[in-house]
Amino acid sequence: MVMADFNFELVSPERLLLSEKVTEVVIPATEGEMTVMANHAPTMTTIKPGVVSVKTADGKTERFVVFGGFADILPTGCTLLAESAIHVDELDRTVLENRIDAVRAELEGAGDEKKTRLEQFVAELTKLGEIVIPA
Amino acid sequence: MPSLKDLKNRIASVKATQKITKAMKMVAAAKLRRAQEAAEAARPYSQRMAAVLANIAQAVGADDSAPALMTGTGKDDTHLLVVCTAERGLCGGFNSQIARHARDHVRKLLAAGKTVKIICVGKKGFDILRREYASLIIDRVDLREVKKIGFENADQIGHKVIALFEKGEFDVCTLFYSEFKSVIAQIPTAQQLIPASAGPVAAEASDASAVYEYEPDAGAILTDLIPRNISVQIFRALLENVAGEMGAKMSAMDNATRNAGEMINKLTLNYNRQRQAQITKELIEIISGAEAL
Repeated sequence: MVMADFNFELVSPERLLLSEKVTEVVIPATEGEMTVMANHAPTMTTIKPGVVSVKTADGKTERFVVFGGFADILPTGCTLLAESAIHVDELDRTVLENRIDAVRAELEGAGDEKKTRLEQFVAELTKLGEIVIPA
Repeated sequence: MPSLKDLKNRIASVKATQKITKAMKMVAAAKLRRAQEAAEAARPYSQRMAAVLANIAQAVGADDSAPALMTGTGKDDTHLLVVCTAERGLCGGFNSQIARHARDHVRKLLAAGKTVKIICVGKKGFDILRREYASLIIDRVDLREVKKIGFENADQIGHKVIALFEKGEFDVCTLFYSEFKSVIAQIPTAQQLIPASAGPVAAEASDASAVYEYEPDAGAILTDLIPRNISVQIFRALLENVAGEMGAKMSAMDNATRNAGEMINKLTLNYNRQRQAQITKELIEIISGAEAL
């Protein structure tokens, strides 16, 4: 059976990273990973740092690392607005470490509520590093 | 009357200046193209963002759960102006136009008895506004070292603004930048950032009124989204500014090159005329000397 495909767009503030027909997208939503396929119910969700894996209509799989953002899902298409996104192949440890350092620096002066959020963010980034880059 | 040698020197110096302005124009043209591309590339994101925001704003509606960044503090006593200008001069009236627009605004606010605070992005705006409103400037952001403006730069400014808002430092935030219409037309623009005005976009986005499921809930997404939207707006403003700056610089340098050309023509004419006069004078001297014999 041929799987139904839909439009998927991955957009970062700087540019449009991907705009293609895909059959399946896995999104690291804040409430847990979700797989989006064609005719998904309209959903809007925020995203935590993680890996987006995209299965294109011609059967290839592409993976992107995203650092937060949100997704707008419609039955006919899915738009992922990422705060910043990098192709997995282009990511290396230093980029990730720089980010973690930046967040840690922000942690210093942050209030309680913000602190928890930032700490969570650091934890997510660290985990992400372990998944994507084998030590 | 300048001597022949003086004229010659001046022609040489104007020629050298013309060479510089010509080169600057070409550099600006190349940078303009890149800046335009960057602005173009950033457009999809801000468009989607606006559409999504309008959608959620509709869903949340006049609900009390809407975050303060959207509804404002309910007052408008203290205004924060974020004035974005270029880092470098030599681009015609570009910087002073933005600064003037901001200054008019400040004057109006002060006359109405409001408190005004200013954040300057870019050196030139700071230089201009410092003369009159040095006491109002609470912060400045230097982008001089930044080769290519990335989202992080805008995000930093956005965080700054939001932190100030959370501390209750201001009620209304307005962003000043120059909208890039074309190479010859940049329009200084004021845009209200906080409270976020979803006015015009809300109307056109209503077609996708599908019933969304929200994860977590609409309010939480909105709280997450609005700070991001502020950064995106600032980012867009910065990109427009860069394009505008380069456009203005290009036409300013084009003008300068043309002026230098005119000046060279005038000086050359002068030079030739004087040379001719001198030759004639020498001839007359020789002839009258021969006649006297």
